[in-house]
Amino acid sequence: MDSGNTAWVLVSAALVLFMTPGLAFFYGGMVRSKNMLGMLMQNIFSMGLVSTIFAIVGFTLIFGDSGNGWIGNLDHFLLADVSDLDGDIPGMALVAFQMMFAVITPALITGATADRLKFGSYAVLIGLWSVLVYVPAAKWVWNGWLLDRGALDFAGGTAIHINAGVAALAVILVIGNRKGHGHEPMPPHNLPFTVLGTGILWFGWIGFNAGSALAANGQAAQAVVNTHLAAATGMLGWLLIERIKTGHATTLGACSGAVAGLVAITPCAGFVGGASPMIIGAIAGVLCYLALGIKAKMNWDDSLDVIAVHLIGGVVGTLLLGFFADGSIYGAPDAEAGLFYGGGIELFLEQLLGAVFVGVFSFVVTFAIAKGIDATMGLRLSEDDELVGLDQTQHAESAYQA
Amino acid sequence: MKLITAIVKPFKLDDVKDALKANDVTGLTVSEVRGFGRQGGHTETYRGAEYQIDFVPKVEIQVVVDDARADLVVDTIAAAARTEKIGDGKIWVSSVDRVVRIRTGEEGDDAL
Repeated sequence: MDSGNTAWVLVSAALVLFMTPGLAFFYGGMVRSKNMLGMLMQNIFSMGLVSTIFAIVGFTLIFGDSGNGWIGNLDHFLLADVSDLDGDIPGMALVAFQMMFAVITPALITGATADRLKFGSYAVLIGLWSVLVYVPAAKWVWNGWLLDRGALDFAGGTAIHINAGVAALAVILVIGNRKGHGHEPMPPHNLPFTVLGTGILWFGWIGFNAGSALAANGQAAQAVVNTHLAAATGMLGWLLIERIKTGHATTLGACSGAVAGLVAITPCAGFVGGASPMIIGAIAGVLCYLALGIKAKMNWDDSLDVIAVHLIGGVVGTLLLGFFADGSIYGAPDAEAGLFYGGGIELFLEQLLGAVFVGVFSFVVTFAIAKGIDATMGLRLSEDDELVGLDQTQHAESAYQA
Repeated sequence: MKLITAIVKPFKLDDVKDALKANDVTGLTVSEVRGFGRQGGHTETYRGAEYQIDFVPKVEIQVVVDDARADLVVDTIAAAARTEKIGDGKIWVSSVDRVVRIRTGEEGDDAL
């Protein structure tokens, strides 16, 4: 075992953990004040529930050596015999790191469904989702058939961002739009919190992406730089087009663009170099801004733009990797080079297959879960409760005392 | 006795308070309020979507004075709160039937 590698993965686990409260404040600042605690709670609750589920069955269904590429076995049920996986790093370090990924992924959905989910139903939703949707996607991409075919996903562009973005769409199609959506203004209640959350996300994303090297090596260093640069140019791209289109460069735009760049670089972080991360980030900043128009056109109340930022950003990064993957960087085999770096179109096609397959799978299963919960316990708040807000009706608390 | 109600720009509150103190006004009440007049509201943009903000933040000042000093106080507030830009606010005067100082039970001008 390598102590340097182990130390970096353990520190990265802590960095990724910090992203979930960061996400809570990123989203919380954008909702109305009556739903502030409800939003924070949905995110932080994932740290409680999904961590527990992941330790019981999630980890083993991804990393249990079943010999097939679709689902792991139960060898590590309740984290049994994890030391069997010891290699360069302890198996338990992989548990710690992967657990934090499992926690933040369902939390991403809460931005789309903001202000209108019953808390108990939300708990059932993400509990089922993390086992039935997240676990299979993570298995295929990191330890299963998509990886075996040659599709690349360094830190979760497909398994996390496309997956959560599509799931967000499926859930909002089941629950419908917020009351008053489209004619009642619902501006963010505290953008300073959103800026704070962005800073925490950006910081934690260093561990998210560079930790995915699972080693303290040159690839990890490249991933740190790539991650940071994509956030930087994502911000610049978003602000530029926002300034052209609306006349102002906004703080929310700076935050959104940075996150869009971070999302897009996630699948690419250890596989690209040179100017590529800056190009990928800038493209994501511009395209994610333009994708804001989708929800209005479709009348989807994707309240905090999970589709525009995570789904579109995830697709942009996953597909651009088919062009920008550089086989010469840190020993990635030549077969994994993209179109611009001496590879053929094969990698792009594998990326496309992975994105579409995970997207369709996520949509179908998430839609079924949401429909099932809606039919049995009801997924959406009553009209009265929605008017009063999540804080009082779901948690008997208020974020702010008048 | 007169109740003088003034709606002014929030950043002029300290100027108004200082001017009233200089004219021996011994008390006033301040509230943060929102509203619109000729100034109207403004637009804010969040992720490309424009929001019309109709209600503008203002400060409401209430002062009760004896009849003789009402005009002086109105003029003092107006002078202190004026920026000559739209949105400076309004002042109005209404009659007050009865005033009681709670601690002593004094009434009328003695209670001011």
